[in-house]
Amino acid sequence: MKKVFGRTRTLRDTHTHYCPGCGHGIAHRLVAEVIDELGIRERTIGIAPVGCAVLAYYYWDLDICEAPHGRPPAVATGMKSVNPKNIVFTYQGDGDLAAIGFNETIHAANRGENITVIFINNAIYGMTGGQMAPTTLCGQVTATTPSGRNAERYGQPIHVAELLGHLPGVTFSSRVALSDIPNIMKTKQAIKKAFQAQMDGKGFSIVEVLSPCPTYWRKTPVEALKFIKKDMTKIFPLGVFKE
Amino acid sequence: MGKVVINPARCKGCKLCIEVCPRNVLVPSSKNNHLGIYVVEPKKVGECTGCSRCAMICPDVAIEVYR
Repeated sequence: MKKVFGRTRTLRDTHTHYCPGCGHGIAHRLVAEVIDELGIRERTIGIAPVGCAVLAYYYWDLDICEAPHGRPPAVATGMKSVNPKNIVFTYQGDGDLAAIGFNETIHAANRGENITVIFINNAIYGMTGGQMAPTTLCGQVTATTPSGRNAERYGQPIHVAELLGHLPGVTFSSRVALSDIPNIMKTKQAIKKAFQAQMDGKGFSIVEVLSPCPTYWRKTPVEALKFIKKDMTKIFPLGVFKE
Repeated sequence: MGKVVINPARCKGCKLCIEVCPRNVLVPSSKNNHLGIYVVEPKKVGECTGCSRCAMICPDVAIEVYR
């Protein structure tokens, strides 16, 4: 019998600290597979965020730099400027990219920095204990909105992929989901296109990945995937917003 | 004809693989791993077609598929 599915070279064979059913594990695998398929492992530098994925440097067998909260696009700008031949990507959550680091993100995108951003949107602050994030859905119960997010008080969730898609410096902006097998395959294709855009020197590319957080959504892993499919994709429509 | 191999040390028992398997090959077992988690194991081994759906959804890359 021939092996048809196994761990890819860039993904270290180690235990991860993520909760059961967390989408980060799937996203890590997809990024690792894309890097190996494009054959760019030796010249790729990743920037890890602050958030649940803060220990990403233990899981990818790549050169990884850790950045302060929200600052991966700024660090990536420096990395890319020093040696433009390197492939530089950031891996950020919604608290990191859409809250404290939105300034860095939007200016890096507007400058058209030739970097790739993998944006994991799970509509909540995972590492700090399930507080409301800018991307939390209206009515969603979190630690800081116990009666559900109220749009009058806190506004509507931020649509990052659409927002950045309007900027001229952005060459690829797409929203995908980890809700089922076809969407996981589409996510891999989107990540590959984003890396390809950077390799072609086109400019800023971002992939927003709707990812499950069963622990702080207070759901089982299976229910969490159904929540993405039924509720989350209604508010955050999937698609390519710029290519 | 396919075969799935699950690494019990990596399995966190989220059961997403059981949900996506079209032939209901996988079941929760009564065996604990070192974390005290009841790991998933293949039961109806002959039914497996090696479609890799379980491996694609596994967040911990605990599954290897042979065909």
